[in-house]
Order: sequence, then structure tokens, then C-alpha cells
Amino acid sequence: DFKRKENIDKWPKSHIDVKFKERRVKANAWDYNDRFSYADNRIKTSKYNIFTFLPINLFEQFQRVANAYFSVLLILQLIPEISSLSWFTTIVPLVFVLVITAVKDATDDYFRYKSDQQVNNRQSQVLIRGSLQNEKWMNVRVGDIIKLENNQFVAADILLLCSSEPYGLCYVETAELDGETNLKVRQALTVTSDLGDISKLMDFDGEVICEPPNNKLDRFTGTLYWKGNKYPLDNEKMLLRGCVLRNTEWCFGMVIFAGSQTKLMQNCGRTKLKRTSIDKLMNTLVLWIFAFLICMGVVLAIGHTIWETYVGTNFRVFLPWDTFQISAVFSGFLTFWSYIIILNTVVPISLYVSVEVLRLGHSYFINWDRKMYHSPMGTAAEARTTTLNEELGQVEFIFSDKTGTLTQNIMVFSKCSINGQMYGMDRLKKKTACVDFSFNPLCDRRFKFFDSSLVEAIKMEDPAVQEFFRLLALCHTVMPEEKSEGNLVYQAQSPDEGALVTAARNFGFVFRARTPETVTLCEMGRTVTYQLLAILDFNNVRKRMSVIVRSPEGQIKLYSKGADTIIFERLDPSSENLMYTTSEHLSEFAGEGLRTLALAYKDLDEDYFKVWMKRLLFASTVIENREDQLAVLYDEIELGMKLLGATAIEDKLQEGVPETIACLNLADIKIWVLTGDKLETAMNIGYSCNMLRDDMNEVFVISGHSLQDVAKEHILGLSRVSSAGHVEKTDAFADDSVFEEAIIAEYALVINGHSLAHVLEPQLEHILLDLACLCKTVICCRVTPMQKAQVVELVKRHKRAVTLAIGDGANDVSMIKTAHIGVGISGQEGMQAVLASDYSFAQFRYLQRLLLVHGRWSYFRMCNFLGYFFYKNFAFTLVHFWYGFFCGFSAQTVYDQWFITLFNIVYTSLPVLAMGLFDQDVNDQNSLRYPSLYKPGQQNLLFNKRQFFLCTLQGMATSFLLFFIPYGAFPLMVKEDGSPFSDQQAFAVTIATSLVIVVSVQIGLDTHYWTAVNHLFIWGSLMVYFAILFAMQSDGLFGIFPSSFPFIGTARNCLSEKSVWLVVLLTTVVCVMPGLVVRFLRVDLFPTLTDKVRRLQQSRKKQGPQEQNLRRVRRTSSRRSAYAFSHQQGFGELITSGKNIRRSTVSSLCSPERIAQSHSSSWIENMLKRKNEVSCASPESEGGAPKSVKGTVCMDPTDQAQF
Amino acid sequence: MMASSYSAKDEDGHITVSGPGGGTLRNKKPENTAFKQQRLPAWQPILTAGTVLPAFFIIGLIFIPIGIGLYVTSNNIKEFEIDYTGDDTSSPCYNCAQNFSWNNTKSCTCIIPFQLDQPYESNVFMYYGLSNFYQNHRRYVKSRDDSQLNGNIDSLKKPSKECEPYASVDNKPIAPCGAIANSMFNDTLKLFYNDPNGTSVPILLTSTGIAWWTDKHVKFRNPGGNNANLTAVFQGTVKPVNWHRPVYELDTDPENNGFINEDFIVWMRTAALPTFRKLYRIIQKNNNMAPTLPRGNYTLVVDYNYPVRSFEGRKRMILSTISWMGGKNPFLGIAYITVGSVCFFLGVVLLVIHHKYGNRNNSANISN
Repeated sequence: DFKRKENIDKWPKSHIDVKFKERRVKANAWDYNDRFSYADNRIKTSKYNIFTFLPINLFEQFQRVANAYFSVLLILQLIPEISSLSWFTTIVPLVFVLVITAVKDATDDYFRYKSDQQVNNRQSQVLIRGSLQNEKWMNVRVGDIIKLENNQFVAADILLLCSSEPYGLCYVETAELDGETNLKVRQALTVTSDLGDISKLMDFDGEVICEPPNNKLDRFTGTLYWKGNKYPLDNEKMLLRGCVLRNTEWCFGMVIFAGSQTKLMQNCGRTKLKRTSIDKLMNTLVLWIFAFLICMGVVLAIGHTIWETYVGTNFRVFLPWDTFQISAVFSGFLTFWSYIIILNTVVPISLYVSVEVLRLGHSYFINWDRKMYHSPMGTAAEARTTTLNEELGQVEFIFSDKTGTLTQNIMVFSKCSINGQMYGMDRLKKKTACVDFSFNPLCDRRFKFFDSSLVEAIKMEDPAVQEFFRLLALCHTVMPEEKSEGNLVYQAQSPDEGALVTAARNFGFVFRARTPETVTLCEMGRTVTYQLLAILDFNNVRKRMSVIVRSPEGQIKLYSKGADTIIFERLDPSSENLMYTTSEHLSEFAGEGLRTLALAYKDLDEDYFKVWMKRLLFASTVIENREDQLAVLYDEIELGMKLLGATAIEDKLQEGVPETIACLNLADIKIWVLTGDKLETAMNIGYSCNMLRDDMNEVFVISGHSLQDVAKEHILGLSRVSSAGHVEKTDAFADDSVFEEAIIAEYALVINGHSLAHVLEPQLEHILLDLACLCKTVICCRVTPMQKAQVVELVKRHKRAVTLAIGDGANDVSMIKTAHIGVGISGQEGMQAVLASDYSFAQFRYLQRLLLVHGRWSYFRMCNFLGYFFYKNFAFTLVHFWYGFFCGFSAQTVYDQWFITLFNIVYTSLPVLAMGLFDQDVNDQNSLRYPSLYKPGQQNLLFNKRQFFLCTLQGMATSFLLFFIPYGAFPLMVKEDGSPFSDQQAFAVTIATSLVIVVSVQIGLDTHYWTAVNHLFIWGSLMVYFAILFAMQSDGLFGIFPSSFPFIGTARNCLSEKSVWLVVLLTTVVCVMPGLVVRFLRVDLFPTLTDKVRRLQQSRKKQGPQEQNLRRVRRTSSRRSAYAFSHQQGFGELITSGKNIRRSTVSSLCSPERIAQSHSSSWIENMLKRKNEVSCASPESEGGAPKSVKGTVCMDPTDQAQF
Repeated sequence: MMASSYSAKDEDGHITVSGPGGGTLRNKKPENTAFKQQRLPAWQPILTAGTVLPAFFIIGLIFIPIGIGLYVTSNNIKEFEIDYTGDDTSSPCYNCAQNFSWNNTKSCTCIIPFQLDQPYESNVFMYYGLSNFYQNHRRYVKSRDDSQLNGNIDSLKKPSKECEPYASVDNKPIAPCGAIANSMFNDTLKLFYNDPNGTSVPILLTSTGIAWWTDKHVKFRNPGGNNANLTAVFQGTVKPVNWHRPVYELDTDPENNGFINEDFIVWMRTAALPTFRKLYRIIQKNNNMAPTLPRGNYTLVVDYNYPVRSFEGRKRMILSTISWMGGKNPFLGIAYITVGSVCFFLGVVLLVIHHKYGNRNNSANISN
């Protein structure tokens, strides 16, 4: 107490230091905590409020180059000496743009505000003045003690004090933080774990001194000072905001960090703004256009200087120089700026807005697509970023996660081989009826099996079959939960185990309950309790797990399951024949891409077991080399087993994965699988997705552990591929058959995380890239999230290709953020990936539609749009340039100022928007049917610098004709009443009318898909043009503002003349004709695939919709062996320690037979330590170097946070 | 790092979308409308030989006759032009041009005889043409006050800044202000027919009906209405510097005086190009039997007031008849004939190319 007083006294001087170096929080002491002014638990992700919106938003908007540029223009226009255009020609579009953007920003922010509100108003139970009161989340303060209930979100970062579970344990799901769905254990300090009632908690006045807020999810260091003692605190005692409490009735915790200072919120970095390559190109082009603009300005300014020198000085009789105009050169200088103003429309402000509108529209089309809607989950595809759509049409590399993306992460027991007899049907032939499990009241109704002969065998009480399922029911580390009679829920550490136990359950060997030393089964309706003598747990080296049980009859048995190769080595010679049959079956299973396990058992002699057990107990008390000694003992007893059979578990692929991959391959998209899974599993999935095939020329597996190894393997691979490629290339001309071979020459590369760490070093990364790009398939396994990002970065850096990363879990976030486009699978795992992603949908197969249909269309539309847009603006603006030569380079505009103001935003914006939104060259079915249509996007063919030049050239030519045809026709033009109309205003109206008609015809030619909307917009725009033209030049408007509408009556006088229409007609035909000829010749002589498909599409239109030819992918693999376990350490120790079993009594805890008792006090630390090792070092299943410094270094810190 | 885009709103796992739409996309099946599914019925034109080639032939076949028609019409128009700038010593106006001074109050007159080889039927239009005169220069074009010209009293007293330096003299506003008005063409052209019997008959030149109706009746109005006493209304303003008479003395006819004087209106409609012609007078056809201007000798009498020599400008007087398509202008006719022929020719070329090399069976060879 004295110490605390001292602190309080000291506070005024040092609180600032304290705040930055450490954090002091005292339970139930608001006065004390308030002094530090810690953040409260209110969060705010919205940017503005009602009052700050306008200034902040405007400030942000003017930071954009385009807006700033137009403001500068506006200022220039306000200088009367320079102003060649009225201010409204710029301010109208600028305001229009600013308003649209502001509305969008405001809506976005409003939704952020709403969701903030929703989170802030969640209820939480806070201990206030001796009772629990409901408080809103935002009112929770640091130092509060709050109560959490099962399935509740944790409101802030809290220190776990006590829970409903024994030992202050509680379980949390951290899916929202790191994407892991499996449960994690947290344990309170022993001293606080019995604070379970409110009065005790009220009196709790411990003070926590800990690190200041940071964003490290896996680390926490602090100390609890209570009752004069110090207790160290670490991450295992913290519940972080965003976690969900599971399997724990309630728990109490003390708030340490709140609101914006929680680890979760500290991690809410702003996502980097991604720009598309078209964006970048557009920026470059805009710069070029600026340069071009300045060139034109300079040319015209020089022209002006010359003109003023030779002509203008003489013409001063009628047009004196302004007083400030000291010389012709100065006049030229001013003219330069004037021309910058009138020629600025080559970079129209509406370009940027229109592009945004298009992208927004395309995003909506993605959101609205029913063919990307996953009905079982009720999830529609979602474009979370609206700025990347056209890049979807240019993807060259896809980096895919495996679990949850390619596979469903659902394991299904699909086949088995028992005593040489295979059960289970081919899963493709699902016509066979599902097995009826009604005989078994405890069965899981979701379980399906397609071979009734197995049930018959069970009913016949075939001993082998019984033993097989008994093994499955006994040999595992699953925790059962029986909420009501018969309603069993298994908490399995890996989905494989869950699948096996569930299978046993359905076949009548129901695993019902376990205590640390017993396992209770319900065998065909009969409750049998086995005594659990030992669990020989799984690890990566052993690749098997065993249990030793004593049956009620007193017989001691060892049941073992594991990788077939391992089990087969340890079989009794008597099983040899069975081994061969089983082995064949295993090959068959593996060929179907199933994950297999071999099962074996052994009867143990009572005496032998006793001796062994003693040695085991002894070994488990040794401090040094305990692991090794135990391993030796395990090895010893797991010998001479009898084979029972094998199981085959289907790691269910997401629907349509092989077809999608095949289709994307045809579109020249390279798919790399990056997975944290093991080599075997990854390859297995590779085969089942048809990415790896037996007919591939070679599959390189790179799994070296040192730099040299890896380099060697790599160079070897590279030389083989390139030499093969070389030979094939040279022969290709000689022999057709060899040429065929060259085409099918396919290689695959499988590389593991260790090697990857080496390969990613600068000296090898080029070799990796070269080799990988020659391979059809690349699979990287055992990669950390960081490495995933590095691989993506590598390709991004060196290949100039658009990359797409797709994944579903938190471990994919880094990769998703790194890639040009990130796609999140909105599956069962946390929302992490989705939140970091740019697009999300429920199924991998939708990727095909997203890229080949939406992406392609977006790209196609955007390119057409840009091409047309530049064309239109050049045609529009450059007329001024030509006119300059005839008006003394005086920056006189050709058009009416109103026309300049409205041309881009009213007269021509809608048709091109309609084209940009709705155009389709080829419909969606054909886009998917001919994936090659995707290739132009990858090669950047539709809009690039060359295309840009062609567009602008066409625009220039059009502007030239637009000016010079009236120029030729006009000087002598006379109205029917003899009055000439070769005046400027008539000239302006004629050229403007020609221009509007020419660009409308041009957009008509550019539109491939004339919907009603296109018709409406194109014809509508023309009509609006004439309507506005007449309105602007009407008597009424002139009467009100005579100075603003000087064109009064021009349209009437001008457009009533036949000769004007003859000029317009001539101009239109001459402007459009050359383009039409070129286009026709291109289609006729060099048709692209698109042209061909379009024709086909039109000729088939009458025949009705065609059936989509489904690419049925044949799997031809004959690989074998796969091992189906989570690569983490099992739960065995936790089970045998009994800590997680509620019913366990004190006596059982003290049972002398328990194996792990000797070190149970530190089991949690022990386990954590070991798990960290596993994850850091990722020891390869092949054995080899157990630890690699490299591997640890490359770990992403968050990867460890999973534990 | 992993959770770095985590935002609080998503903690409950239900996305409230901040993306497009902002609505909740979850649990909401997109509507099956043709619009949302991008299945709108559409016309999908393809450029085929069947559509493009006929188009070219049709354009050719339409344009050539139009062009011939235009050309013939243009050729039938009679036009006579005479340059009276007078920078040539042989020119009758040489002296006037040489001795021009802004201070001359009395105008210099020159007499130019000319001969018409053909009779001019129907109405004949008399134009004056100026060359190298930059009526389309930006500073010139904007140097006017439309509001003043529309009869606005305030603008009359206080002309717009745009009129500078012709906005005011000695703090008195100029009416009409600005460089355009100031530089108004003020040569007077008179036409005499030299009868073979020796007498010189003046030809009646109509000076009204030469401006656009909208200009005369809407755009230009005298201050205080068209019937007001102009002298009183323009009290307090001064005439433009170059003018000899104030604006209210341009004509004696009150319907053609002040701002609504048609010569003034025609001048104020600035030309698009530095070489231009403006309608000066109309010679009305008076008698159905005789041509308006029979062939013979004529005399043009010019009151030479307008200096163009300093900037190498030219002054012309043009007499012209007109047709349905305006004045004599071979450009359009020739352009139409050319474009029509080119289209037709291109049609033939494309047809040949298509026939020889064209891919008529495109759909057959799609390979994937």
C-alpha cells in the first residue's frame, strides 16, 4: 500500500514518461486509472463528422493531382488578361466532380459510423459497486472487471482472472484475429483463479504494470502486483479483443487495453491503396498529354509572337494592344497560358470521374451476379474494392492457398480397406443409395457412406471389422461433449481425426466419454469402458499415434494408426499377405486423391507391459533427453503389430476446383499453390486438382536444407527443363511428332518452405523464377504467411505481370495484401482474409467467372472506354489548335463557351458510360467456353501506348477535318436571303454540331452491345444537344443574361440552312469512313478470336442456347501414400493430464498410474514451448535437420500467435 | 500485421459493407433481372462484308449526284468582284488610300468603272469584303458589350470592362463601346449604271433586310425602346473614337438607327476567318421583264473612309446572285464528288480484297 501511495504522489511529475514506457492499471480503481488518461473503449473508424466533413473532404479531394490541376486552371481563368474561357467552363465540371466524390465519401463514412455505433453499443457486464451491471462497450474502462459468457466477443484486451472451468482455464476462438478456428487455451494465474465470486472480485485490487499498447498479437509482458507479491504475466493470460469465448460458461477479466489501444485496433493499419496497371498507364498518358499540351501551347505562343510582330502591330489601328502588353514576346507568353486553358480539355476532368463510375458499376455487376452467389452459405460475391476491376482481366499469376480455398477443409471418411476387403464406392458414382444408419441411435446424421456391405459386415459381427472400428473409436485424442443424451459433439484437433471417430460412431462404435484414464465406448449399443493406459502421441517424426488400453476383459491392447510406410515397417511377418493387398488398396485410394492411414493393433503381454510402463514412468521423469528416451520406448513397443486395414479420407475439394484450374490454365494463367501444409498433402491435392499429373514429364521436388543443396537442385531442374525445351524447339521444325511433344512437355515444381527460404535470397531468386515460370504447376508447401507474401512479391517485382492471391485464412492475409488483387474466400474460417481482400466470394470456382467473365469484360470495357475518351477529347480540343492559325494565335475558342462546358459532362458522357458499363464483345458463356479470349488482357493488347497513339491520331485527324471542311465551305457561304453566315458563331455551331454527330457515330461503331440503355443514351444525347443548343440560344435566356448567352439565334439561323447540313454530313462521312475501312479490313483479313467467337455467337443465336461443354477432368494419378494428420503436436498430453476434463476428481488427478503426472504442473508451458518449436522449426516429415535458423528467422511473428 | 485491416465493425462476422452500395450483401440473393445479370437484350452489330460494302456503295451513289448538283448550282451563280483597296498606282482609289488621315472630316471619293459581261437576274446582293482583317482575334471578339447593345441603360452609362480601351473617353461612356464597334466599316459604296445613251443612272440599294431577324429584333435594341428619342437617350455618351457621326445619326430612318442600324448589326456579327465578306446592300429585282443588272458599264463610287493599308488589308466590292445553297462556292460540290467517288472506289477495292483474301468462314476454325 505504501508503494502505491508513493506512485500516486509521484504521478504529477512523471506521468508522461510512465505513459510511454509502461502502463499501470489497477483493478477497481477508476480514480487511479483515470489519471493516465488511457483510451476508452469507444472506437471510431469513421473519418468525418457533420461539421468536419466539408473542410476535410475538400482538403482531401484537392490533394488529388487532377483536382489541383483544375483548380490551377480555374485561377488562371480568373486573370482577365489570360482568360480565354469563362470561369464557368471549368468550375461547372469541377463542382460536379467534387460533389459526386463527396457524396460517395459521405455515404461510405456514414456506414463506417453506423458500424462503429453498433460495436460501441454492444452490451457487456461490468462489475460496478459490487454488482454486475450491463454497460455498453464504449463505456468499459481500463481497470474494469468484466464478465464474459460463452460465445461472447471479448470487449477489450483483458487479463483473465478466473473462469468457470477448473484451474482458471478458458477456451477462445481467435478466428477473427488470426483465422484459426481451432480452440486455444488460456489460463488465469493460480492466485486469481479462485476469485470466482463477485465479492472477492470486488476486493481485488491488484495492479498490473505492463508494456504500452502495441500491435504484437502474440506477445504480452507484464507483472501483476497483488498482496505484496509479484506475478509475471504473459500472452497466455490475456484475452484479446476480437476473440470469442468458447466452451467456457463464464470468465472474469480485468481490462488492460481498451478501444483504440487494443492489439486488434493497433493492427488496423490502413490498407495500402492499390492501383491498377491501367491506372498507372493512364497517369503516364495524362503526363504525356500535359507535355503535348505544353508543346502545343509553346507552338501557338511562338506563332502568336510572330503574328503580333508582323501582323498584330500593324493591326493596332483597329485592335490596340492592351496597356500591359509591352511586347509581342510578352503577349506570346500570356497567350501560352490562354492556350493552356482552352486546350485543357484534352485531359478532361470527367475522365477520372467516369473511370470511377465505370468501376463502381462493374463492382455492382460482380455483387449482383447470381452465378457467383453461393446459396448454401447465402453469400454473394462482393467487390470490396471498386478500383481494381479491369485488372481482373489481366491476371497472369494466381497464388492460391490450399486449405479452405482449393479444399473445403472438410474430411470425409470415404473408403476403407479391412482385412483385405475394400469398402466404399467411387464417389463420382453417387447413384448408389446412402447407407442407412438407423440401426444406430447415436449416429451422426450428416455422415454419409455409400457401401452397405460394410454395415452388413458389422452386423455379421466380423471380428476384423469390429476391431477396425474399435481402433478408430479408441485411438485418438478427440474430446467428446454430450450436451444431451445422444447428442454428441466431438472436439477434434484435426478434422481427419474427427472424421475417423465420426465414422466409427456411425458404424456402431460410439466414442462417448473419456476421463484421463478411461475411454467409454458404446459398442453396438453396449457400453464398454476401456482403461486408458497410455497415449503414445503423434508427432512429425513418428507419424503415428498409439494408445494402450485394457479392455473390460482385462486384455491389454495397443492400437496404432499412422502413415502406411511407417506402419508397414512395424508389422508382424504374419500380416505380410494382408499388407500386399492393403498396399494395393492404398495405391488405389491415393490415386483418387484420398488421404490414407494404416491401422494396426497388437496384443500386449501383461508382464511385458508392466516392465515397459515402469521404464516409461522413469523416462518421463528424466530432465535431459526426455523426448528422445520416450521416443525410443514408444518405438520399442510399437513393433510386431498386426495389420487391420486402412482408411481413406477425402480431403474434400471445393466444388469445381479441377475444372476451374483447367479452365484458367487454358487462359494462360499460371496457378501457384502456396500452402502451409505438408509436402505430401500438398502434392496430394495437386494431383487431385489435376495440377500435377502422372503424364507430366517431370515433377521437381526441391526440399534441400541448405543453400547449396537447394541451389544444386534448382540448377539441375532448370538445366533439365531448358535443355529439353531447347531440343524440342530445334526439332520442332523437323518433325511434327516431336513438335507435339514439345507442346505437351509439362513440368511441375514442388518446393518446401525451408528451401524457399534459401531460394528467396537474392542470388537464387532469379533461378527460382526462371524455373518456376517454365513449369506448368508450382506448389510451395510448408510456407509461412510471410513467405507467401515474399513469393508474390518476387513475381510482382520481376515479372511485370498482374498477380492475384486467393485465400481464406489469416495466414493468407499478407499474400492477399501483397498481390495486385487479393481475393478472399468467405468460408467458415475467420473473416480475416475477406477483410483484407479486394474481392470475396464463397467458392474457388467463382474465380473462373470473376476473371474470365467480369475481369475480361471490365478490361475490355475500360480499354474501349479510354480509347474512345481520348479520341473524343482530341477531336474536340484540337480544333482550337487549327483555328489558332487563322485567328492570329489569339486563343480564340472555336466553340461557344457553354458547349465547352457541357461537351464532356452532358453531350458525350452518357453514351460512353453506357458503353463502358454494358458493352460485351462476347457473352459470358462464350467467355468461359473459350478461355483463350482472356489472353489479350494479359498481353495488354487492348489499351496500351500504341493504342493510345492510334486513338489520339484518329482524334487529331478528326479535329483536322472538323475544322478544315467548314473552313473550305464557309467563307463564301450565304443564307438564302443573301445574308452571309460566315461569322464566328455560325461557324461554331456548325463545327460543334458536326463534332457531336461524329463522336456519336463513332461511339455507335465502338459499341458492340446495343442495349436499350445505349440507344437511349446515344439518341438521347443527340437530342439533348439540340435541345440545349436551342435553349441556350433562345430569346428568353438572352433576355435575362444578355452577356452570358451571346449566341442568340445562331442555331435557328444556321441549322435552317441546307448547306450547313451538307457540311455536317460531309464531315461526318469523311471523319468516320477511314476508321471504318481499317476496322473492316482488320476483321475481315485478320480476325481475332473475339471476332470469330462473335460471329459464331451470332450464327448460333437462332439455334438457341448451347449447352456448356463441361470439362470433365479425368484423374490419372497412381500415386500413393498420404498421411492425414494435423502437423501439430497432438492433444495427448492435455488429455492424460486430465486438466481439460471437468468431471475429473482430485483422486484421479493424483492417480499414480498417470504417465505425465510428474510434469503436469507445467504442462501448459511445456506444451506451448513444444508447439512453438514445431511451428518455428517446421521439422520436415522426412526427418533431417530438426531445426533451422533460417526457418525461424523467416517466420512471421503472427504465425506463432496461433498457439 | 496479419490483422492489419481489421476494423471493429467486422467483429461479429457480419459484414456491413462499406464497399459499393453499402447495403448488406450477405444473405441476400441477387435479383434475377436481365439488367443485374447483364443479360439485357441487345443488338450486336458485326462489321461484315454484307453491311460495310453496301454502305460504301450507297454513300458513293448518294454523294456523287449531290456533288454534281452543288457544283452545277454553284457554277450558275454569277458573281462579280472588284478590289478597290487602292495600293496600286493604277487604281482609282490610290490617292484616297495614300492620303488617308484620321482627321479628315471630308471623305475622299474615288470612282471605279467596271463592266458586267452578263445580265444579273433576280435579286442581286452587294457585299463588301475585307481581307487580312482579324475580326476573329480574341481580344477583338470580346471587345463588346452585348448588354449595352441590347438597350440596357446601366450598361449604356457604364460599359463593360471588356470594351477597354474603347469603353470611355474623358469619363464619358462610349456608345457603342468596344473595338468592334469602333472599327466599323464606314466606306460608302454607290452604284451607277452607265446607260449606253450616256446617262448615269443610280441603282437603288436597299439597306434594310441585310441583318438576321434575330439580331435586328432581339439581340440589338436601342436603349429606352426602339421608338424613343435617340438623341435624348444617348445623351451623356460619346461616339466611338473612329466614328464621324454618333450612333443615333447612322440613318434617318428611326427603324434603322442607333443600335438597330443594320449596317452596324452586320458589322457586329464578327467573321470567323480573317478574309470575309459582309452583306452591304440588296439590289431588289424591280421588274419581271428586265434583268436586275443588265450587262453593260457601271460605275462604283466609293467614299473612302476606311483605312486598311496599314495592315495590308484589302477591300472588295462583290455583286452576286444566290441560289438555294447560298453563294458561289465550288468547294462543297467538289468535296462531295470527291468523297462520293472515293467511297465508291473503296467499296470496289474492299469487295475485291474481301473476295480474294477475306475470311468468309470465320467461325469454322476456332481453336482453343
